Amino acid sequence: MEFKFAIEGGNFSKAGSASSEVKKILKQLNVNPKIIKRTVVSLYEAEVNVVAHAFEGNMNVDIDTDKIVVKIEDKGPGIPDIDQAMQEGYSTASPQVREMGFGAGMGLPNIKRNSDQMNITSKVDVGTELEIINYFG
Amino acid sequence: MEQIHFYHALKVVDEVCMGCTHCMNVCPTAAIRVKNGTADINKNACVDCGECLKACPVNAIIVEQDDFTQIFNYKQRVALLPTVLLGQFPDDVSEVQIYNEIKDLGFTHVYEVDGAVDVLIDSTKKFMHKHHQERPFISSFCPAIVRLIQVKFPALVDNIIQLKPVIDISAQFYRKKLQDKGYAQKEIGIFYVTPCAAKIAAVKSPVGEEKSLIDGVINMDFIYNKVLLSIKNSKKETKKYPENIHMSRRSIGWTLTAGEASRYSGRCLAIDEIHNVIEVLEKLENEEITDVDFLELRACDHSCAGGVLAAENRFLAIERLRKRAAWYHRNKPMIMPEREIDLYKTYLQENIGINKVEPRSILSLDSDMMVAMKKMKKINRIMKVLPGIDCGACGAPRCQALAKDVVQGKAKMTQCVFLQKMLTKEGLISPQESFDISEDTWGKSRFEKKNLNDH
Repeated sequence: MEFKFAIEGGNFSKAGSASSEVKKILKQLNVNPKIIKRTVVSLYEAEVNVVAHAFEGNMNVDIDTDKIVVKIEDKGPGIPDIDQAMQEGYSTASPQVREMGFGAGMGLPNIKRNSDQMNITSKVDVGTELEIINYFG
Repeated sequence: MEQIHFYHALKVVDEVCMGCTHCMNVCPTAAIRVKNGTADINKNACVDCGECLKACPVNAIIVEQDDFTQIFNYKQRVALLPTVLLGQFPDDVSEVQIYNEIKDLGFTHVYEVDGAVDVLIDSTKKFMHKHHQERPFISSFCPAIVRLIQVKFPALVDNIIQLKPVIDISAQFYRKKLQDKGYAQKEIGIFYVTPCAAKIAAVKSPVGEEKSLIDGVINMDFIYNKVLLSIKNSKKETKKYPENIHMSRRSIGWTLTAGEASRYSGRCLAIDEIHNVIEVLEKLENEEITDVDFLELRACDHSCAGGVLAAENRFLAIERLRKRAAWYHRNKPMIMPEREIDLYKTYLQENIGINKVEPRSILSLDSDMMVAMKKMKKINRIMKVLPGIDCGACGAPRCQALAKDVVQGKAKMTQCVFLQKMLTKEGLISPQESFDISEDTWGKSRFEKKNLNDH
């Protein structure tokens, strides 16, 4: 089953709405609550990343009986050094974003912790593509 | 073992219900449908919050209570009171009078459950310290919230603190105390005076406990009426506050908002009113809120003072309870006499644990994921033809709820009045068939011919 959600850059009041929708779907599909939680936590982090850094993005969700595959693509500044961004505490978030309680530099590491597979590709000044895969079994 | 059958104190009186949809639209778990002209509550989804009762314009939803005379089946009859009861009465009624009148009704002992808070506060601190990795902790105080988490937020059941609420601690204290005085188990009857429906359900089908420690429940409005009537008829003058009893501010404030949250260190949040609680639980589940230590969550607006069985306006009741707490605090004895409950503290704390709360999600479409996915696809197809205005005229609170009922075989698509009109126009159903469907939902009497000139 496929679902697509748009993510608006800069709109923090809406951040989390796409991941909440995915949560509702997974609950209806009787997925183990612990796996739902892991998935939603990683999706929420990814969604906030798009809101905080990019102009706009999409969350494409593909659910099968054994796994969920989510691709989050955005148009934005991209990540120049992915290895650096994967380090806990590393953040390029602006002071304004940090004031709102985001941008502690835990985003990507937290996504990795809460997903079974994570693939990330990025082009500077073009955008970032993030793939998150979690297995239900 | 969780029980398969769930007891609910909230009942629809079919003779009074006019099937108006007010309750259906406010139910936070979408547990209500209108069928044959009356509201029907789904027992698996109901959490006994009482929102339906508050919304009903004709008082067709009631809180079922035990027969009062059953108290006389016991030699020792203990009335356990919530402190909010003391906030219900006019200012000129004294506490001594209230206690006396409750005893005159037939009780041999009267005890305010919130007298047991110190036992619980102490155990909660130890519990949170021992299980610190399971933060944030959710209080087990409000039975409606415990049930809400079970049915709607199954991922959060492990965050509920596995300790008895003060009602059960008090019941255990009084039972033990009377047994120590030589009374047999069957001679002791313990009755809780409840400000809400959820606490009745908690006694009749407890969560995390095998059997309730309470023998029966009496509605607070019933006691309120009885006590106030007797006081109005007798002109006995008594002192406003009793002697030799001291109630701490902790105890009196316990059932009010922030009563628990103000007692623990760290980041503690107090949230009241069920929709507010749902909003926070959603965020908690997504880990949008992190770094919280303790959550006090209550279903009623302004906590227990806003219970469905409260007679007094909640703001006035709270003001009175605050005054009461201030009076006791001002008149605190220089040397605190040892309280009886302190003698039982070790015993009570040894027996304070409850089992893990089990999830029982109402959200999943099917236990088999393949089937659930098929059903979800069908729901999405149905949603494309439904009008999406959530009018409720099909007897379900929202188009989405009707679509879900249809795939679960609990409703027919033709219950939608918009579809009925379209199908009638296309000649696919006759006007009579369309009329019959509406009669099934709304009952025959709603369609009886009424002469406009009579009104």
